Amino acid sequence: MSGTGEARPKRGKLLWTLFHSMLAISAFTFGGGFVIVSLMKKRFVDELKWLEEDEMLDMTAIAQASPGAIAVNASILVGRRVAGAAGIAVAVLGTILPPVAILGVISLAYEAFSANEWVQVLLKGMQAGAAAVVTDVTVSLGRRTAKARDPLNLTLMALAFVAVQFFRVSVVAVILVAALIGLLRALVERRAAR
Amino acid sequence: MNTLLSLFLNFMQFGLFGVGGGYAAIPLIRTIAVQQNGWLTEAVFTDLVAIAEMTPGPIGINAATFVGLRVGGLAGAACATLGCIAPSLVLVTLLSWLYARSRGSQAVQTVLRTLRAVIVALIASAAIALVRSAAWAGGRVDWAAALIFLAALALLRWKKLNPILVIAGCGLARALMHAAGVV
Repeated sequence: MSGTGEARPKRGKLLWTLFHSMLAISAFTFGGGFVIVSLMKKRFVDELKWLEEDEMLDMTAIAQASPGAIAVNASILVGRRVAGAAGIAVAVLGTILPPVAILGVISLAYEAFSANEWVQVLLKGMQAGAAAVVTDVTVSLGRRTAKARDPLNLTLMALAFVAVQFFRVSVVAVILVAALIGLLRALVERRAAR
Repeated sequence: MNTLLSLFLNFMQFGLFGVGGGYAAIPLIRTIAVQQNGWLTEAVFTDLVAIAEMTPGPIGINAATFVGLRVGGLAGAACATLGCIAPSLVLVTLLSWLYARSRGSQAVQTVLRTLRAVIVALIASAAIALVRSAAWAGGRVDWAAALIFLAALALLRWKKLNPILVIAGCGLARALMHAAGVV
């Protein structure tokens, strides 16, 4: 897979693990960007320990705020961090192969597919599973943030939640405003340090 | 214009301007595929949205593959999908480089700390939306779905089971309930 051979003997294996991890995650991502990001967090942070939790959150913010598919954006970020340009290539390939293959097959006979009662039933069950994964990740992350006891961050967290949940403010707008507030905070802290 | 090039460029538009992902992206796909190019009729577009909801993966990639296949066969699907991810490949790689370079800076750390707190809130909000759409049907609780959700959550939190197995297991559990006549 990679040409570095003996110099970095584990590189081929690393790329392979990255590829099949993204393939499996992408094949089971129902319900949008936060589902795939939650699955990636569980795989790359909790299981493989390739990334720190903070990095995964940073990458989530960047992936969400950038244009394009969140899954693809997140796989570019993780792929590059783990294995550079080759990492980007295998992670993106792993991410797009399942939807492309599945859609290719389904578009041949999509009426039969979407009307099939068993497909509906399986899907309904898997939706509940995806909801459980994101809830599980929310609980882990929420606990950690609460423990940090940073009053400004806790306030912003509450405000962001209310804005998105009750006022339907777009996720991108929330991220951009938060980045701006963070920037102001950095300026104030720098001034205070002088 | 050449069909393949046109597919690539049009879905590149989507890759450039489709910010926010998911359902926010549907109107833009409609503009590109139905209104500007006449690649899909309104009825087929509605089918596409339904299919995208039922299949894994980003809706942009699903739409690109679907439209590309219909308009230009396998080559069309490849061009449309590549167009869709091309802007990400450039922009996000650049951001990833910037992130790796500036991560050590005090100011960037402050910005990132603020962002992380907000991301946690956004994930929480996504969790609520997902639970609601999974276990709430037609104004009442879908008890079978709620049960599957709680069992899955318990297995994830306390047994640390592989999340992909859990998701697949949830689908099977629902199918078994259906076969047994419970749902």
